[in-house]
Amino acid sequence: MTTRRMVLLGGVAAGGALIVGYALWPSHRRERENALAAGPDERFVSNWIKIANDGIVTVIVPHCDMGTGNITALTQMAAEELDADWSQMRGEQAPPDPLFANGALAEGFILSGQNIGYGQVPAFLRGLVGNSFRTIAEYKNLQITGGSSAVRFTGVYGMRVTGAAVREMLVMAASARWNVSPDACRTEKGRVFHGGKSFGYGELAAEAAAYTPSDNPVLKSPDKYTIVGRPVPRFDVPAKVNGTAQYGIDVRVPGMLYAALRIAPVFGAKLASVDSVAAEKMRGVSKVVKLDDAVVVVADRFWRAKNAVESLAPVWRKSGNEDETSARITAKRDALLKSGPVKSDVKTGAGADALAKGKLVEAQYSVPYLAHAQMEPVNATALFKDGTLEVWSGTQDGLGARAYCAEVAKLPLEKVTFHQLQMGGGFGRRLPGYFNFLRYAAQTAMAMPGLPVKLLFTREEDMQHDYYRPNVISCFRAALDGKGAPLAWVNDYTTEDDPNPEAHIVYDIPNQAIGAAKLTTSIPTGPWRSVEASWHGFFIESFVDELAHADGADPYAYRRTLLAQRPRHRAVLELAAQQAGWGTALPKGRARGIALFESFQTIVAEVAEVEVDDKGALTVHRVTAAVDAGTTVNPDGLRAQVEGGIIFGLGAVLNGAISIDKGRVMQANFPDYEMVKLADCPQIEVHLSNSDGPYGGGGEPGVPPLAPAITNAIFAATGARIRDLPVRGQDLVAAITHPPQKQTSG
Amino acid sequence: MAIDLKVNGQVHTLDVEPDTPLLWVLRDELGLTGTKFGCGVAACGACTVHLDGEAVRSCVTPVSTVAGKEIVTIEGLGAGGLTDVQKAWITHQVPQCGYCQSGMVMAVAALLKTNPHPSDADLQAAVTNICRCGSYPRIRAAVRELAGKA
Repeated sequence: MTTRRMVLLGGVAAGGALIVGYALWPSHRRERENALAAGPDERFVSNWIKIANDGIVTVIVPHCDMGTGNITALTQMAAEELDADWSQMRGEQAPPDPLFANGALAEGFILSGQNIGYGQVPAFLRGLVGNSFRTIAEYKNLQITGGSSAVRFTGVYGMRVTGAAVREMLVMAASARWNVSPDACRTEKGRVFHGGKSFGYGELAAEAAAYTPSDNPVLKSPDKYTIVGRPVPRFDVPAKVNGTAQYGIDVRVPGMLYAALRIAPVFGAKLASVDSVAAEKMRGVSKVVKLDDAVVVVADRFWRAKNAVESLAPVWRKSGNEDETSARITAKRDALLKSGPVKSDVKTGAGADALAKGKLVEAQYSVPYLAHAQMEPVNATALFKDGTLEVWSGTQDGLGARAYCAEVAKLPLEKVTFHQLQMGGGFGRRLPGYFNFLRYAAQTAMAMPGLPVKLLFTREEDMQHDYYRPNVISCFRAALDGKGAPLAWVNDYTTEDDPNPEAHIVYDIPNQAIGAAKLTTSIPTGPWRSVEASWHGFFIESFVDELAHADGADPYAYRRTLLAQRPRHRAVLELAAQQAGWGTALPKGRARGIALFESFQTIVAEVAEVEVDDKGALTVHRVTAAVDAGTTVNPDGLRAQVEGGIIFGLGAVLNGAISIDKGRVMQANFPDYEMVKLADCPQIEVHLSNSDGPYGGGGEPGVPPLAPAITNAIFAATGARIRDLPVRGQDLVAAITHPPQKQTSG
Repeated sequence: MAIDLKVNGQVHTLDVEPDTPLLWVLRDELGLTGTKFGCGVAACGACTVHLDGEAVRSCVTPVSTVAGKEIVTIEGLGAGGLTDVQKAWITHQVPQCGYCQSGMVMAVAALLKTNPHPSDADLQAAVTNICRCGSYPRIRAAVRELAGKA
């Protein structure tokens, strides 16, 4: 499995270690930008920012829209440094052209990985280093939307810098007109002032564009912010309430045909043969296309293509995975953790040797495979004509998608055009490395030269040929001292990747040993909203809860003590507890659970209030979240993301499980892979607390604390400790009447 | 087989198989792509349209059964300007990815026609559409406002 982190770091590691200051583009590049993305009365002044004669400032955002509000938030960050008039700001998604590759993203990942602060690179190296990031981003076709990275990387390293640089250029243009020093000018709400005189940015843009942007413009002090931190309405919302938003599935190209496919149900199996004679005679059918591991029907309408593909009886060549089952994978996974080898990742103090020094507590947790189930099934439209390939789709990386299509079609990059459309949900499903829909669409188009073909997965194909959140087991041992405080923390888990930094803990425990055993299976896996944090959050925060109860302590107070050295984490925990009314009385059968997790540089604590009735039915009544994302750019947008993360996490707690039998996925559609609905939705409150921490991500950090907050609350309500997700199918009544054996010993 | 279909006040004569789901007729024959495909089995509601004023899931509605009836899609709903439901959706910033929202808006609009002051319980009983981004708390807040219960 390739994780999202590997994709990104693999792309930039060659760039070395240093940096700061996003290198802004020289003027000859702006001409190309103008040709690609500026209208008749507009021009680019610097990277990503164009200004029209009428003063409208448009920020071209090198990310795609999948509903997180990133285009609006990044426009706010550029507008803030620009001293723009918010009513004149617009945001647009960048075209997937190397010119709009995301160098700031590359820079941000390196910086955050190495904890190098802004401004720590010697001035004489800055241009060089910044340029190399831009080059790497272009070379690696980097334009990813994922990793909750838009604000904290593109925004911090790119948008602020380019906004500030453009402001300086506008001031220079105005001061030249007035023949005064730039220092004698000031900017406010889209105008440059000198005494009582002023010019609007639109009047100055053409002259400003002639200056060379500074790579190190002066940035505003956060206490002067008037746009960042304001809950502005998102640009993308109006088109999403009247049906006009254009998703990949909505593309219409003149003369377009439609394709439906059947992929080999067993992972790794190939197409041996298929009798296509009858299907090719069905109404509207153009062709039955045989691919390596799938059969595709192209017809004049999707419904006809779908019926025709379902009428086929393809013969599949065996892959050797035909006997794979969930039970076998689970047994293999569990055996691997027992027998190793376990790769050590963290060792502090005496590590596991310290277990002998106190009362031992042990527990083991697991999570199953999960599908993304984004609402828009994956799809792509492609046209192969005269040696060129044109593709339309919604992906989390337009440039990466273009490069991938070129590879599939064995065409030079310049022969491939990619049109990036909005996504009906991403959650990791549409990141590079997980582009099976582009492959099938490109291959189908190549079998239909000159004809555009829209290939759409049915929900069943989408669910059965996803890249699943992995099936993971995690085993914990801890030793408590005489006062109940943990002396030692030992954690081994399985992974399909390198050891996960998400398994590192924020709690102050002197002796730690954390390691991972690498599991390989035939099931394709991939990043799922919050990735490794989605399972380590559940594991770690469940076990901490068990330690608290082993000590007879209040789980909130217990955590709070262990966070003495972490004031930000402690403050977030306190805020959640306070807002949730932690410790106040609840009706019979109800209880609260708490959990805290930091991911993507954002700290989130959640308190769940649940009820288990005497029949064992679980209701989640209320979830209170506290969030510290450093500086919040769009508070309403961040709240929406945390609400969404809670709902996404809730589905995994209540029902989520993909199971394998005979080498294939057993679930096919929403009736058997159940989603959370309005009736399941708890009352959710999200409390934001700004801090002096770095800008944090918004899209994912709401997910990880949710599962343990709920299962910890279930324990508090019933005495049943949920160690394996989902909750569905587990007998909560039995737990009430026959409490589980105590987990403590020694 | 020729079928007369009245969509958003306009009659279309179409030559399609009678069992073709209304969803695919709207999207592929008429180009009304605001109505979305999510599951194909009436489980998610992304394809919700109004049939003689009632919310139906068009992905399992054979086109032959709706000939001559009044069909309204998301394109028709706000044709004369944004409806109150759509305005509330903007006020409350309901959509995230937005893919399910055509169906949500249609389902809520149909509910409000028969029950202008729905309780939370009425809402969740009537609107069983799936939103994967988790816009439910905002849908609830928007409908409370529309119902005069904010």
